[in-house]
Amino acid sequence: MSHPHLPALRKGRPYESLDKVQVKDHKTGEICAEVSQVNAGIVRKDLAKIAEARKSLKKFTVEQLLEITAKAGDLFLNGTLPLGDKGHTQSPQEYIATLSRTSGLPHIMVKRNMTKIHYAMTNMRTILNGLSRGLDLSVIDRGFGTQAGCPVAYFPTTDSLGLVMPSNSPAVNSLWLPAIALKIPVVIKPGREEPWTPFRLIQAFIAAGAPAEAFGFYPTDHEGSGEVVKLSGRNLVFGDVNIAKMYEGNPRVQVHGPGWSKIIIGEDKIESWKEYLDVIVSSISDNGGRSCINASAVIVPKYGKEIATAIAERLGPVKPLSSDDENAKLSGFANVKMADYIDSAIDNDLQTPGAEDVTAPFRDGSRKVEFQGGTFLRPTIVWCSDPNHPLSNREFLCPYASVLEVPQSQVLEKIGYTLVCTAITQDQKFIDELLECQTIDRLNLGPISTMKISWDQPHEGNMFEFLYKRRSIDCA
Amino acid sequence: MTPEEAKAQLDNQVREIINWHFSPETGCQFWLEWAKKNFDPRGVVNSYEDIISKFDHFQDEWLRDLQPEVWVPKAFAGKPFNIFETGGTTGMPKQRVGWNDFRVDYEEFSHKLKDEHFPKGQSWIMVGPTGPRRLRLAVEHLANYRGSACYFVDLDPRFVKKVISNKQFDVARQYMDHVVDQAVLLLKNRKISAIFTTPKLLEALAEKVDLYSAGIRGCFVGGTTMTPQYVRFIVEEVLEGKIGFYPTYGNTLMGLAASVPLEPSDHFSITYYAPQPRAVLRIVDPKATNNTVDYDAWGRVELTTLTKEFFMPRFLERDEAMRRKPRAPYAWDGVADVRPFGAMEKTIVEGVY
Repeated sequence: MSHPHLPALRKGRPYESLDKVQVKDHKTGEICAEVSQVNAGIVRKDLAKIAEARKSLKKFTVEQLLEITAKAGDLFLNGTLPLGDKGHTQSPQEYIATLSRTSGLPHIMVKRNMTKIHYAMTNMRTILNGLSRGLDLSVIDRGFGTQAGCPVAYFPTTDSLGLVMPSNSPAVNSLWLPAIALKIPVVIKPGREEPWTPFRLIQAFIAAGAPAEAFGFYPTDHEGSGEVVKLSGRNLVFGDVNIAKMYEGNPRVQVHGPGWSKIIIGEDKIESWKEYLDVIVSSISDNGGRSCINASAVIVPKYGKEIATAIAERLGPVKPLSSDDENAKLSGFANVKMADYIDSAIDNDLQTPGAEDVTAPFRDGSRKVEFQGGTFLRPTIVWCSDPNHPLSNREFLCPYASVLEVPQSQVLEKIGYTLVCTAITQDQKFIDELLECQTIDRLNLGPISTMKISWDQPHEGNMFEFLYKRRSIDCA
Repeated sequence: MTPEEAKAQLDNQVREIINWHFSPETGCQFWLEWAKKNFDPRGVVNSYEDIISKFDHFQDEWLRDLQPEVWVPKAFAGKPFNIFETGGTTGMPKQRVGWNDFRVDYEEFSHKLKDEHFPKGQSWIMVGPTGPRRLRLAVEHLANYRGSACYFVDLDPRFVKKVISNKQFDVARQYMDHVVDQAVLLLKNRKISAIFTTPKLLEALAEKVDLYSAGIRGCFVGGTTMTPQYVRFIVEEVLEGKIGFYPTYGNTLMGLAASVPLEPSDHFSITYYAPQPRAVLRIVDPKATNNTVDYDAWGRVELTTLTKEFFMPRFLERDEAMRRKPRAPYAWDGVADVRPFGAMEKTIVEGVY
C-alpha cells in the first residue's frame, strides 16, 4: 500500500494539494507520510467564511460538546481512526510508533503525552469549571444567565482559534481542546514533523460526533502561518524567542515560547537539599527535557556546586536507548541542525569563564551522540559560579539546566519571566514575596515537579477568558 | 510547422540578424565595436547552434553601464526610440531601446486570445508595473489592437522589493492595498472585461471584488513565480473556472512567451513558448551553460533575442525552469514552472511583481 497522505482539511473538507512534503523517520529517512501543503490564499479564502464553521458548533449545547470531547478522548487513546484520505487507518500503537519515528520522542514519552491529552479531554467539564470559575456552562448556550446570584453574559471574542503548533511535544495540543466545547472552531497549522497528533485529534472529534466543519488543518508555509494568525481573532502560537517578540503585546495572540521554568530552594530548606534531588532531576529531564515547563535553572542560596554535581551524577550517565525501550529518557532530533546548533552554542558559551559543564565527567563521551542512526543530545548540567553567566538563564530542547547561587533576598528580582516556578520553602515571608511576584506564571509551593500542569488553572493565559468576554446585560 | 521547419526559420533569422547588426550600413555601435575586438560573425555564424558555440553570454552590465544610443542600429538613426527598463531596485536599471518590436510581439499574442475572454471593443485594465516598462505600452497596444481602451493602475515593483528586503512588511501591505483599492474602484465604476495583472495582485483583487460579477471575462497574467499548486488555486478558486486564464512569461529583453492551454495531464504545470524566431529560450545546465538539460529537468533560463531592433545572444536570466518538449502549435522547446534562479536554495524577494 502507498504512503498515507494527510490532506489539508478546509473546514473539515479534505483537500489534496499539488504541493506535498514528506514526513520522514528521523533515523532512517524512510517516508512515513505525505502531507498536502496549502498556499496562503487558501487560508485567506477559508478564513473569510469561518463564521460558517462556528455555526456548525453552535447547533450543539456545551453539555453535548463536553460529551463529544470525552468520547473523542477515549477514541484518541484507544481507537483506530482514519489516517488521511487514501484508506489508511491508525491504531494507537501505530500512532505511537509513527510519531516516535518522525519526532524522535521515545514510545514511553508519546504514551505519557497521550495520557495527558486523554485526561484533558475526559475531564473537560472540570477544566472549564476551573477556567470559568464555576460558571454554569449553559450560560454559553444562552448568552446570559446568573452566577452566584449575579447576572452574567458572555460573548465569543472570535469566530475561530488559530493555532501555529510546534513539533516538539504532542501534549501541547491539550491547550486548544477546550475551544471545541466552547463552540470555537480551530484553524490548525501543524508542526512540520508532527502532523499526527492534531490530525488524530480531529479524526477522534469527528468520529465522536463533532461537526467536521469545525476543524481546519492547514499545513502551510511561513506566509500561510502568518495569515492564520492575522485572520483568526484569537491564536495560540508556539515558537522561539523571536516569535515571542513578534507577537509581544498583541492581545489576539497567546505566545507559548521558551518557559525559563525554575526551581528555587529557600534558605530554610537548603540544608536538606538532597531530599529534593528527585523532583529536581525529573523537572529537568522528564519528556526528554523538551517542554517549556522543564526546569532550565536551579537557584539556591548555597551548596550550588554540590547540588549541580549531584544532579549531574544522576543525569550525566543517561544515554539514548531504543525508541521502544520503556526506560528511554532522551529524544532524538528530527532536525539534526538543531542538535548541532545547541551543542555548539553550549560549548561556545562554556568558553566564557564562570561556568562548568559538571555532567562531562559522568557522561563518558560527547554531548552530541549518534545512536541507531539518530542524533541525540545527552543531559547537560552547568554550574554557574558567575550567576550572570550567559548560560545561567538559557533553555534548550534537551535535558539542560544551570545551577547558580543567588541570595534569597535577590532571587525574585533576578529571575525574570518564569513559566513555572517550583519554590521549595516554608518561609512565610518568602512565600508572600513569591505570591506577589509578577514574573511567575505558575507557582508551585513545595517540592512539586515543574512538569505538573493543572489544566483547570490558567497556563500562559486562561483559555476561557481568551475566547469569551463578559459584558453587562439587563433584560426588560 | 514541423521542428525542421522551425529550425530552418530560426537559422534564417540568425543569419539575417547577424548581417543586420554587424554590417556598417545597418548595425549598431556596440556590436560593430565588439566585432573589431572579437570577430566578425557574418558568414561565420549561420545557425542558432553557431550562436551557442561562438558567442559568450551577453553581459547585463552592458545594458546598465553604456549609454542607450550605442544600441541604436544605424538603419534606425534619427528615429526617436523608446527606452524600456528592467531591474533597478538598487542601482542603475538595465535599459533597452525599441521602436516597434513590442507591437509585433503583442499583435501576434492577440491572435492567441479568445474573443469570449477578451471581447473586442470592450475595455481592459492593467494593474501592475507601468513607468519605464515596455509592458505598459505593450498592454495598451494589445488592447488597442483589439479595438479596446485600457485603464491603468500603477505598481512600482522597485519600491515593493525595497520595503520587503527591509522587512517593512506593513508598508508593503499598505502599498499593495493602495494599488488594489484603486483597481477595485475602477472595476466597480467602469465597464471592464479584461485584465492584465500579476498573480498576487489578481488574488488580492479577487478578495475584494467578485471578478466575474464585475464583468471580467479574461485574465492575462505575468510576473512572479506560479507553482502548479498556485496555478490551480488561481484557476479553481480565484477565477472559479469562469474566467479565461492566460499566463505569460516575459520581460523587457525578450518580449512575450505565451503558454499553451492547460490540459488535465499538465497537473497545472504551465509551459511557455518563446516567440521564435524573434527570441529563443534554452534551459541550460547552470554549471556548463553550453549544454541544455534533459526534458523535464530543471536548469537556468538562457535568452537570445534576434530582432532588427535588438540583438542579445545567450543572456542568462535570473530564472530557472523545466525544459519541456515542443507542443502544438509550437515546434520548439518550452520552459515550464519558471521560478527565480536558486529558489530551492535561498529566499528570493519577489514582492507582488
